[in-house]
Amino acid sequence: MKTIYLLGVLPFLGFFVGIFFANRVEPYVFGLPFIMFWIAMWVVLTSVIMGIIYKLDPINREEDAE
Amino acid sequence: MNFVALLVIFAFLAFAIYLGIRARSGRDMDLEQWTTGGRGFGTLFVFLLMAGEIYTTFTFLGGSGWAYGNGGAALYILPYGTLAYVLSYWMLPAVWKYAKEHRCHSQSDFFVKKYNSPYLGVLTSLVAVIAMVPYLALQLKGLGLIVSTMSYGLIPSTMAMVIGLVAVTVYVIISGIHGSAWTAVVKDIMVLAVAVFLGLYLPFALYGGFQPMFEQITQEKGAEFLIFGGDYPIAWYISSVLLSALGFYMWPHTFGASFTAQSTGVFRRNAIIMPLYQLILLFVFFIGFAAVLAVPNLGEEEVDLALLTVVRETFSPWFVGLIGAAGLLTALVPGSLLLMVSATILVKNVYGVFRPSMTEAQIVRYAKYLVPVVGLAALSFTLAGGQSIVILLLLGYSLVTQLFPAMLISLLPNAMNVNKYGATAGILVGVATVAYLTITENNLGTLFPWLPQGIHAVHIGIVGLILNLIVLLIVSLATRGFVERERVTTAEERVRTRATT
Repeated sequence: MKTIYLLGVLPFLGFFVGIFFANRVEPYVFGLPFIMFWIAMWVVLTSVIMGIIYKLDPINREEDAE
Repeated sequence: MNFVALLVIFAFLAFAIYLGIRARSGRDMDLEQWTTGGRGFGTLFVFLLMAGEIYTTFTFLGGSGWAYGNGGAALYILPYGTLAYVLSYWMLPAVWKYAKEHRCHSQSDFFVKKYNSPYLGVLTSLVAVIAMVPYLALQLKGLGLIVSTMSYGLIPSTMAMVIGLVAVTVYVIISGIHGSAWTAVVKDIMVLAVAVFLGLYLPFALYGGFQPMFEQITQEKGAEFLIFGGDYPIAWYISSVLLSALGFYMWPHTFGASFTAQSTGVFRRNAIIMPLYQLILLFVFFIGFAAVLAVPNLGEEEVDLALLTVVRETFSPWFVGLIGAAGLLTALVPGSLLLMVSATILVKNVYGVFRPSMTEAQIVRYAKYLVPVVGLAALSFTLAGGQSIVILLLLGYSLVTQLFPAMLISLLPNAMNVNKYGATAGILVGVATVAYLTITENNLGTLFPWLPQGIHAVHIGIVGLILNLIVLLIVSLATRGFVERERVTTAEERVRTRATT
């Protein structure tokens, strides 16, 4: 188990734990109710997090080398 | 009276069928060709097929309808796909490697090899097919709604669903997956354009922007409408997201699609890009929210009509027809895929286990006979209840996710000593729980009123999943000695046969 994999827990925290604080309409962000913004933001953050994991995961370098 | 919209739709339907026929011409259709396109698809094609899964009737009509009827609760659709992709980073490479080493061609093969039990393959196949019935039903429902709305009420929706079923059946029997793949490309481009256009146009044209739109909705319906609460509290959100995320790759077609990748790197890269694809759903939600005050009079059973109705009220008939055609394709492509997959599974992985001598040609022929039968089952399911599209899909997920514990644990390094008895018992208990709670219309709250209020709305699929896991572990533990003995006997037999030869 590589430590970097622990980053994969973050999206679950964002969507499941964060929702208890984000389940509200105000403040509006980019014209969206806060909860909608929060969920959309975590979708983007998930993509970023998976990108970081991909970059740092040695298994992907091994595969590229092949 | 206006026939323009209907004409445009039927023109598209004819075009889709034409693409299907053209894709088929000049080739002999054996089983491989019919179901997997001869594995001759390039990476781009496979990607389009998998990405296209996102744009089904479920998102197009169901997503907007759920936003219209239940407001913020629709947001659950965004996280589940995203979290499924996170899991896929680790899960799919492991599945792919095992499937490659052991020459698995289907989800059923995977369970058969992993648990060394052909009957577990039969069970998992049956569960998957049963789970696909509500999934298929929602595509038919979508087809019916589109045709009936676009005919401006001339064709009643029941008749429209029958027309839809006939169209899908003909389409599948003629073209197989090649037709699906080509139509999928047309469909994805159309739906992408329609969703983004409507999602931007309607809020600005009808309300003057996003924030004004949400503020007016808040004024009319209260702020609670836009967040989780009431019938769909946070417990419902978390359990439904988790249920759907775990079940995402448990459908035979999504599980099987992962076998076609060239290397495991594809899955890891997809896990980065695919979540962003989900953001298109935001536009679908905007359409539903725009309909809230624009077409406020749809009844509880009509929420799935929100998109079509607001479009019909806003645009001229030929454009309405174009949007209807996009909607038609979102139902036709996944509908045909589901029909084909379920018919093939029933013949190959269920019937075939008891009649291993079947030839490939026979399998194709029997599967084609079964296509209308499975279609009719889905149709009767659609006609039986007035459930909305989202509820239908969640029911499908409640069933198919029951395969997840047995799949996941078998991939762990020592497989936690689970065996076929545990897996079988776990899946049966999970499915029975879901079936019982669905038919009796119970949930945790009605069964156990003394439980804390916060978890009353936990989705029944998760309840089944927890029981499933407990039974899986306990039965595996209890039958451990039994399995050991079986293993010793087969080993002895092998020694004995070797000694005699």
